[in-house]
Amino acid sequence: MSRNLILGAALSSLVVLAALISFVWTPYDNAALDIPNKLQAPDALHWFGTDHFGRDMFSMIMVGARTSIAVALVAVGIGMALGVPLGLTAAARKGSWLDEVIMRGNDLVFAFPSLVIAILITAVFGAGAINAIIAIGIFNIPVFARITRGAALSLWEREFILAARVSGKGAARISAEHILPNVANLLIVQGTIQFSLGILAEAGLSYVGLGAQPPTPSWGRMLADAQTMVSFAPHLALIPGLAIIVTVLGLNLLGDGLRDWLDPRIRVARA
Amino acid sequence: MLRYTLKRLISLLVSLAVASVVIFTVIEVAPGDPASFMLGVNAQEDTLAALRAELGLDGSRIQRYFNWVGGMVAGDFGTSYTYRTPVSQMIADRLWVSLPLALYALTLSTLIAFPAGIYAAARRGKPGDLAVMGATQLGIAVPNFWFAMMLVLIFAINLRWFNAGGFVGWGEGLWAGLRSLTLPAVALALPQAAILARVMRSALLDILGEDFMRTARAKGLSRRQALWRHGVRNALIPVLTIIGLQFSFLLAGSIIIEQVFYLPGLGRLVFQAISARDLIVVESVVMLLVFAVITVNFLVDLAYAAVDPRLRSRS
Repeated sequence: MSRNLILGAALSSLVVLAALISFVWTPYDNAALDIPNKLQAPDALHWFGTDHFGRDMFSMIMVGARTSIAVALVAVGIGMALGVPLGLTAAARKGSWLDEVIMRGNDLVFAFPSLVIAILITAVFGAGAINAIIAIGIFNIPVFARITRGAALSLWEREFILAARVSGKGAARISAEHILPNVANLLIVQGTIQFSLGILAEAGLSYVGLGAQPPTPSWGRMLADAQTMVSFAPHLALIPGLAIIVTVLGLNLLGDGLRDWLDPRIRVARA
Repeated sequence: MLRYTLKRLISLLVSLAVASVVIFTVIEVAPGDPASFMLGVNAQEDTLAALRAELGLDGSRIQRYFNWVGGMVAGDFGTSYTYRTPVSQMIADRLWVSLPLALYALTLSTLIAFPAGIYAAARRGKPGDLAVMGATQLGIAVPNFWFAMMLVLIFAINLRWFNAGGFVGWGEGLWAGLRSLTLPAVALALPQAAILARVMRSALLDILGEDFMRTARAKGLSRRQALWRHGVRNALIPVLTIIGLQFSFLLAGSIIIEQVFYLPGLGRLVFQAISARDLIVVESVVMLLVFAVITVNFLVDLAYAAVDPRLRSRS
């Protein structure tokens, strides 16, 4: 296993673990106000300090991890659930009008500046985690459709698919039973990358007030709150920012590491 | 080349048409009537109807769609509901901030990425390469608005080299204008530079394995000479594609960065319009951004085909 894979897995698990533990335990109630102790720098009592309402930053970061992960994960889920079948269909019907429609539709979504459209969607339909998920998820669909189609096309030329066709299996069954398992590795790697992009997008949307709404803690909104106080309480901005960086870096390294590990050619070359 | 251009032009027009329908529909189904938003809940029905007629909101949907698109083609983006000024004028004013900002960031990103990518490729696998690659991993993971806040903390609040926000205007001179766009441009450029440096490196590494590079070496050029004379030029094709894509990212990405620095650009215009439910402004600015992105991609495709004839025949 590569260093990337180990470091990426460690950082990502750290964040996921923090999010999971936050369901049963946080050092303090993340919503409890404690005005006398506001804007404390990190110390033994409050590991990440307190915010302008005296809330414990460590607890908020833990619960915020939950929001980030949930939004990004569901957005990846939407992208996979719709994009993969589209990609499989396009590959199975290569060159047909269906393939053409799917791929041109893909190009079109790709051409949209995703952030602008995400802002448009959340602005029009109301700010909130659900709309943020939909806005981010839509732009994951063409990514998965394209990568699935690309990988599936080369598989359709292979002998084992020919054998399956000779045995009388239809295109849909071949796609599900033979193509899908063979593109799964690729999808896992891409899923990790889209997951990290989703974390960044969620942070951006909540920073401008279009993501998860109070009282749900989110890293992006913690940063927005910190903006006017950064001169006298820099930890308010430093800590949520580092949380985002650690998560995204971890997922990117994990994605790179997984790609190398799952790709037999690279493994053979290394051995 | 003509056939290819025509084909791409048709697909450009189709993309723009579909984009305009999507944007129009999203805005149409938006809850809330601009007229009642402007006049308040106690407005009389006939006053509302008069205002709707004045704003051009009384026709059928299809009629309004064609009015909107037709107007835009003629350069008329309608009248802002809240400011009662032409939207095209508002956009033109803001473009003087957003466009230079995107170009400034693109220049910075290229200036950082080219040397970094070439350096890393030339030292493949050595500590220099690893350091650049590590730095780019970090650069990709940093949210640009957070980086912007850190830049403000260090260079505006602590060192006082720059203003923490706002734009002095080009009337104060080019240098003053550029200075107030420097921190936002750096914040926008960093993640893009990280991506571009990686693309530059991998494009160069692909080319290093090509036959003509071996020939160049066999002719007696050193590794570095071959890299500079033949490698970099050939690596430019994929790199230019990414630069084209990045320009649109930068234009769209400035929406959030403008919030951090309180810059009076298109991004702030969109947010102000959203909160005032000035939907005609939102609609037009979003369409303009989409137009810019789709057109830049189109131009990049054409440039690509002009440079690499194989692409023309393939399509």
